[in-house]
Amino acid sequence: MQINIKYFASLRELMGEASTQVDVEDNLSVNDLWQSLVTQKNVEFDTVMMAVNAEYVKPDYQLQPGDEVAFFPPVTGG
Amino acid sequence: MLIEIREQPFHAYDEINTYLNSLDISGQYGATASFVGSMRDFSEDKTVTGMTLEHYPEMTEKHLTKIANDAIQKWQLLDVLILHRIGKIEISDDIVLVATWSAHRKEAFESCRMIMEELKSTAPFWKKEETTRGSRWVEKNTAGF
Repeated sequence: MQINIKYFASLRELMGEASTQVDVEDNLSVNDLWQSLVTQKNVEFDTVMMAVNAEYVKPDYQLQPGDEVAFFPPVTGG
Repeated sequence: MLIEIREQPFHAYDEINTYLNSLDISGQYGATASFVGSMRDFSEDKTVTGMTLEHYPEMTEKHLTKIANDAIQKWQLLDVLILHRIGKIEISDDIVLVATWSAHRKEAFESCRMIMEELKSTAPFWKKEETTRGSRWVEKNTAGF
């Protein structure tokens, strides 16, 4: 299934892209996807926050076809 | 309720007046609480000369609306105003405004504080500071409690 990915702030710079699309197997959690991405890119990132379709999700959220997944560092607004 | 992300500078207290004048709650509210966050010229040990605020456009307003609706429900608020800057920020610019209106002060105080703390810890904004020694992402917000 196809998943759309977005990165923000320092994580966007680390990954070298703001967005990408990936084809992944079924029954994948958002944390599984994150682990595979950091392995592919050979990067380390301590504290990542995860949202799917613009809402926070737990790491065990099961991805659905067409989901927009956002990965980003701890937020620093206000 | 009004929630807006602004690229242009705003004056927080003018915005409170303008918004309040647009409401029809005269005589109903006995308490207004507000928080205004503004841009400092220092951070940790460095001199800050400017800042850029990035956000996640598809998520930001939606998430702030959820925070505001939770507060309205919990404290029976009469109204809520949240404004937040993005883009290039200058020293002394107002960055964020949260204002709440209620019948009594307890609800206004507590809800304004809760909305601000939720915004600081969960709303998808990121600050990049320009300092006299180069630019850097702000890694985390200071604790509010």
